[in-house]
Amino acid sequence: MSDNQLLETIEKYLNGGMTKEERARFEILRNENPDINDKVAEHKHFTGLIKQYGERLELEKRLDAIHKEIDVEALEDEFMIHPSGIVRLWRNHHSKISVAASIAIFAVLCTLFFTGYLSNRESNYIQLRDVVNKTVKTVNQLKNTVNGMKQRSNPGDFRGTGFAITANGLIATNYHVIENADSVYVQNAAGKSFKAKVLLSEPANDVAILKIVDTSFRNLEPIPYTLKRAESDLAESVYTYGYAQDSPVYGDGKLTSANGLSGDSLDYQISIPINPGNSGGPLLDSRGNVIGIIQAKQSLMEGVHFAVKASYLLNAVDSLDKKVSLNNKNILANLNTVQQVKKLKNYIFMVKVYGK
Amino acid sequence: MSKESNNGIPTDSEVILGILNNSESVLKRLYVAYFPMVLQLIINNNGDGDEAKDIYQEAIIILYNKVKTGDFELSSKLKTYIYSVCRRLWLKRLSQMNRYGGDIKDFQEYLSVDDETEKNNERDIQFNKMGDALKLLGEPCKTIIEDFYINNRSMQDICDSFGYTNADNAKTQKYKCLQRLKKLFFQQ
Repeated sequence: MSDNQLLETIEKYLNGGMTKEERARFEILRNENPDINDKVAEHKHFTGLIKQYGERLELEKRLDAIHKEIDVEALEDEFMIHPSGIVRLWRNHHSKISVAASIAIFAVLCTLFFTGYLSNRESNYIQLRDVVNKTVKTVNQLKNTVNGMKQRSNPGDFRGTGFAITANGLIATNYHVIENADSVYVQNAAGKSFKAKVLLSEPANDVAILKIVDTSFRNLEPIPYTLKRAESDLAESVYTYGYAQDSPVYGDGKLTSANGLSGDSLDYQISIPINPGNSGGPLLDSRGNVIGIIQAKQSLMEGVHFAVKASYLLNAVDSLDKKVSLNNKNILANLNTVQQVKKLKNYIFMVKVYGK
Repeated sequence: MSKESNNGIPTDSEVILGILNNSESVLKRLYVAYFPMVLQLIINNNGDGDEAKDIYQEAIIILYNKVKTGDFELSSKLKTYIYSVCRRLWLKRLSQMNRYGGDIKDFQEYLSVDDETEKNNERDIQFNKMGDALKLLGEPCKTIIEDFYINNRSMQDICDSFGYTNADNAKTQKYKCLQRLKKLFFQQ
């Protein structure tokens, strides 16, 4: 039997075109002859595959025909999640926008460079009024509760330092410390607060004078220091003492210039490490004379600070309606710094300001 | 009532019965019912309308074959099944094209349908090989094979339309064609 004929027989067998006897005979042949058996299986599989392939093509044609009746574009419009206008604008024009932005930035930088804006000739200035954050408040409240202290524990919205200039409760500080104040309290070294009112403020010179009006306030011991009207000399040793934090802080340095920022004759320039909260504190020389009020620091140069000269404070005191007799007996002059600071303690106050 | 069911979305059991009975209208209603859902999935995930058509038809064919071979079990809504198959196929396509950005916007709930798409993939490879082999085979062999094995025409019919002088010649020709087709198919 040739291959051709064998194939025909196999097809006849698979199609069921054989008579019963033929079929029985072929099955015997198939069982005895594994070669033929393989051929039958192989042919069945292969023609089956052709048939399935045909059916698949047919099905695809049917699906395509159905698909043609669907308006795909209308559906696409309906289902597309349209990005917002700005996103579309960016997608369509992002290269142009990027170039434009680069040019704009470059132009701005060039302008700043050529106009000298980028050089730091005019350095900024930070006033040392301390913005007390909430954490500190909470911590203080806790501390005070634990200690069972009765007095007012709120440290205020802003904080600075002030110092007594008379035993009956006149306090000098910076105007910027009490600026916009609704109420002002001063707290002494023992932690006791007294209500104070602003007696005089001189924004131009950044000087303010407070008066303690609290009924619980008892007059202080005589003021141990004097205010020095004459201008001090360069390189003098100076120090300050104030509430840069919750406990008083001592800091010392030198008087480095008789003029402040940009030659401003209101200020001394000093090299004392001071911090927010120091504002309004006294600047003393080594003999215990108050020569200024700590005012501000320069933001760009480290260790450069300013203090308002005491002569401006004296002028302010002179301008008060009620005549004030200032202390003119300096009892600190012959003491060393440690002893001076010990004496000072009771005359330096934390100024607590509550905003409007 | 019957009119309504002839136009709207077919019920799941209608679809199964319709496929088993080769109903053209059920196939059409099925196709029209769920294509928008798949289109929405594809065009909002880096694809276009033509790709949606490819994916959707592949899913319909998978469903169709499963129903025909009797191993389709409706364990969820048909809608969910179709969506899940399409989602799976599209993720595979996206990663093949390196267009997969790592996330896909979904519009329906879905199931995990891994193995079904794999099985279909193997069959597709066989069909592609068959298609290529038939193309290489050329005429008149291609038509003879298609007429006899796909369209079930008799040898006598084929003999007549090709103008063979007798059926034996046609048979010999068919035999030669089949041998060549096998060779082309297995060579690939």
